[in-house]
Order: sequence, then structure tokens, then C-alpha cells
Amino acid sequence: MPARPLSPHLSVYKLTYTMISSGLNRITGLALSLGLLLLVYWLMAVAGGAQSFARAARVLSHPLAKLVYAGLIVAFCYHLTAGIRHLVWDTGRGLERAQSHASAKLVIGVSILLSLIVGCCAYLAGALRP
Amino acid sequence: MSLRTPLGRVLGMGAAREGVHHWWTQRLTAIALVPLSVWFVVSLLALPAFDHATVSAWMAQSPTALLLALFVLIAAWHSRLGVGVVVEDYVHGGLKTVALVIVTFVHVLLAAAGVFAVLKVALGGAA
Repeated sequence: MPARPLSPHLSVYKLTYTMISSGLNRITGLALSLGLLLLVYWLMAVAGGAQSFARAARVLSHPLAKLVYAGLIVAFCYHLTAGIRHLVWDTGRGLERAQSHASAKLVIGVSILLSLIVGCCAYLAGALRP
Repeated sequence: MSLRTPLGRVLGMGAAREGVHHWWTQRLTAIALVPLSVWFVVSLLALPAFDHATVSAWMAQSPTALLLALFVLIAAWHSRLGVGVVVEDYVHGGLKTVALVIVTFVHVLLAAAGVFAVLKVALGGAA
């Protein structure tokens, strides 16, 4: 097999907002895939009855698990916001360099704000309290 | 008329002609996940408690069961597409195929387990 073009070459470019926002989208997406694993584990525990739920709850209420939930909230808020940016791009809008730099900053700002709101709600709901 | 040589076709070089389908499916699942994931987070945090009785009563409601099953199914699909791209970018050679098979199997298992769990609770099988 001849050498195929490889991607992505991360080290040869200067870091830009658009590059960081793209990388974050991938990392948060991977984190949410692990979140899906956690969700299915939780759903299976519910379906398994009160005893299996109690067993899972001991794992899922561990302080480290709360840290994972906080991370998942940030990942969700970022991936959702950045995903909407992608959907806007798909309509052919916002692709100019200045626009994409501005929207990268906007996505980071909005996702931080959203994370704080969801984080506060989760704290009040008791999901984040140790 | 194809400009590709028979040898090129046999070696499998060039586009596999499934890129548009991958792109389109990723977008469709993304659009579906915007309302579904927001619904999931909002209704999860609106639960008065996270004990078994509360959670299973919530899951047993028809709208919850339907949306939860859809959410897990479409999230698993979207995740398979995304993780697949990451594997294709960073894993090379024969290991790539093995990794993609594993990623696909794990996601199908997650989707099936999630939907099964929701249906079991919704249809009254939970002990």
C-alpha cells in the first residue's frame, strides 16, 4: 500500500481559536460517549430492581463520580453549543475567517455560561453534592 | 464513466462512496439530539430524588420511556459515527479495522441495553 495522506497534523500549526474549538468538540464528544456508557449502566441498574440499583448507587454517588458528572455537564454544554455552530455552518453561513473566529469565542463563552446554569441546577437537584 | 483503473479499484484506493451518507447521518442524529438531550438533562434534574422508586416511576411513564429509548438509540448512533472518525484519524493499518469493529459492537450493545432497560421498566418487568 502506498503512503496515504494522514490527518490531523497537530504540531505544525499555530494554535488558533478555531483549532481549539474544533479539538474541544472532539474531546467533549469522546467524553460524552463515556457518559453514554454511564447512562446505560444506570438504566440497567434501574431495570435490575431495587437491589441492583442500590449497588449501582453506591458507585454512582462516590465523590469521584460527582467530579465525572461535573465534567460531563461541561462536555455536554460545550458539545451542544459547538454542534449548533456546526449546523449553522452546514447552511453555508459563518464560514468566513473572521466569522468563524468570532463564533469560536462565542461558543466558548456560551458553553461556560450554560455549564454554570446546568451545574447550579444539578447542585440544587443534589446530583453534584458530595 | 469511471476514470479509476481496475487495479486502483481492487486495491481499494480512493473514495469508498459512503462519505455523504456518513455526513448526512451525523447531521440528522445531531439535529435530533438537540431537543432530546436538552429534554433528558432538564427532566433528569427536575426529578425530586434519585432513589429507585422515583426513577423507575419516571421511566415507566410512556412519554419518558419513548423519549429515553430514542435518546439512547440516537446518542449511540451519533457516538458511533463520532468515535469512528476519531479511530480512523489516529489508528492505522489492520488495528484500525479491529478497533472499528469493537467500537461498532460496543455501541450496538449500549443501544440495545439502554432500550431494553427502558422497555423493561416501562412494561412493568422491574422487580
